[in-house]
Amino acid sequence: MKINDVILHAVTKIVVFIILTLAIYLFLSGHHSPGGGFVGGLVLASAFVLLYLAFDIETVQKGIPFDFKLVAALGAFIAAASGLGAVFFGASFLSQAFDYFDLPILGQTELATVTVFEAGVALAVVGTVVTIILSISEDV
Amino acid sequence: MNNILVFPMVLPLITGVILIFLRPFIKLQRWVTFGVMAVNTGISLYILQKIQKDGILRLDFGGWEPPFGILFVGDSFSLLLVLTASIVTAIILLYAFHSLDAAREKMYFYPLVNFLVAGVIGSFLTGDLFNLFVFFEVMLLSSYALVSLGGSKMQLKHGIIYMTINVVSSWMFLIAIAYLYGTVGTLNLAHISQRIAESGQTPILTVISILFLIVFSLKAGLVLYQWLPGSYSAPPAVIGALFGALLTKVGIYALYRMFTLVFYHEPAITHTLIGIMAGVTLIGGSIGAIAYNDIRRVITYNVVIAVGFILVGLAVLTPAAVEGAVIYLVHDIIIKALLFLTGGTMIYLTGTARIENMSGLIRNYPMLGWIFFITMLSLAGVPPLSGFLGKVLVGQGAAETGSYLLLALAFLSSLAVLYSLLRIFLNAFWGETIISEEDEIPLKKGRLVPLVVFTLGTIALGLGVESIAVYASDAANVLLNPDIYIDAVMNDN
Repeated sequence: MKINDVILHAVTKIVVFIILTLAIYLFLSGHHSPGGGFVGGLVLASAFVLLYLAFDIETVQKGIPFDFKLVAALGAFIAAASGLGAVFFGASFLSQAFDYFDLPILGQTELATVTVFEAGVALAVVGTVVTIILSISEDV
Repeated sequence: MNNILVFPMVLPLITGVILIFLRPFIKLQRWVTFGVMAVNTGISLYILQKIQKDGILRLDFGGWEPPFGILFVGDSFSLLLVLTASIVTAIILLYAFHSLDAAREKMYFYPLVNFLVAGVIGSFLTGDLFNLFVFFEVMLLSSYALVSLGGSKMQLKHGIIYMTINVVSSWMFLIAIAYLYGTVGTLNLAHISQRIAESGQTPILTVISILFLIVFSLKAGLVLYQWLPGSYSAPPAVIGALFGALLTKVGIYALYRMFTLVFYHEPAITHTLIGIMAGVTLIGGSIGAIAYNDIRRVITYNVVIAVGFILVGLAVLTPAAVEGAVIYLVHDIIIKALLFLTGGTMIYLTGTARIENMSGLIRNYPMLGWIFFITMLSLAGVPPLSGFLGKVLVGQGAAETGSYLLLALAFLSSLAVLYSLLRIFLNAFWGETIISEEDEIPLKKGRLVPLVVFTLGTIALGLGVESIAVYASDAANVLLNPDIYIDAVMNDN
């Protein structure tokens, strides 16, 4: 029997973009208000999980050809390495710095090294969640 | 600020992550992991020297001063354990190169070992209770993977038991932390200790301390060791050796830290309880070690006996006993690794784990026989091998405080250790040789060399015990005078 999932497909295509936008918003807002790499990463992962649910695993993997185990490892590496980076500047392990820059279009913007750390956390979360979901679905 | 303090933990962590990308290159993975352990050994030796010179070291992560941030604290006790763990892991890895099957090596064995070591070392170094929980989890997650790596039926069965027990105990750990935070309002170990010293150890704090005692007893295998023999004997000998050498020691370390630094005001309740638990562990472990004919079971029950023995030192809490316990802890990490690897080698050579099916191995493999003999003497505490001084000092402490029952149990358990291993020796190495020369599986150098290195290690540690006794007595001094630790964390800059 062929399942009619036209509506699911159509909705998913739009909703995924909303989720991804929310994820990036949460990620960036984490610097001063609730949010951050972990929450942003979870929301990001939920977008991927929705894609896997709406379409099948093979189709999604053709579009997003990453090995999510490696994504998780890359995230962990970025997070740990950003902590270690501080050591080379003579500061304590995991020290972070920030400064204000005048960027074109954006104007005066605060850039912080903690964003790099948070990006690592987000990637690690995405990689882990998607790996878990994929391993469970393979078992059934 | 002593950034050097974070390297023993962060080097294995980063290496483990990088090795995930280098999955197809097994040879590279092997030597990189070995190299990291060697570098770690050097770094921890350097830090240990620095501590003797400058006192306790501290690193505030991100520059957040205690009690607000998390931090690493390095004293002689932690660094002695970090050093031993690094050396022993390096040598166990040498054995892994020649004994582990390619399938397991390809399934992220080396990254997992790196993460395991990062968790173990992080637990030794952290000065923050919640951070301790995090590092316990890092260590446990890798051990879950390692215990079931390969997926044989035995491994999966015991893997599930192991995981369930540890998930439950981690949950209890978290609750205990929440209770303590709710009561004293801080998570920094030194700050907790300071606050408890100010307010006195009220009954509610004593109850919380007993919850911690239960949690760490589950992890260390004190009384609550029923999960241990199965899950340590199911995986291959290399993984068993890593677990036997490192994992229970982290639980023991946490018990020592908590009950000397934080909950030391009510020894009549807590330390008496620890004494009773240590006694029960000694009896239970001894019965187990004597009862089984399966080499792996005998070895894992020997782990249990050692846990009981080391905790006798915490129960009596005199300078001599604690110093002895620290020395014994170092000795035990080395000798348990050797014992697991020797047992694993015997099983590999004979194809059976039951001693009644082995006989006359000493004719086929004389070297292995002598290594086993020395291991046995060292475990029983025969001088001049490394188990001797630790046992004497712990015994001296027990005698000083008049805990004659514990003293008797501690030394009767040594007899049980000797008897259980002597039985293996008599059955497996003496008697009629049943393996003919044609059927003999050659004992490759790759397997023999790590065993020889460990054996030389136990002899060297026995003869040169004076060299680590300096550090051990400094460790005991800090453990028995919490003010030194608190002062270094809270006041020093």
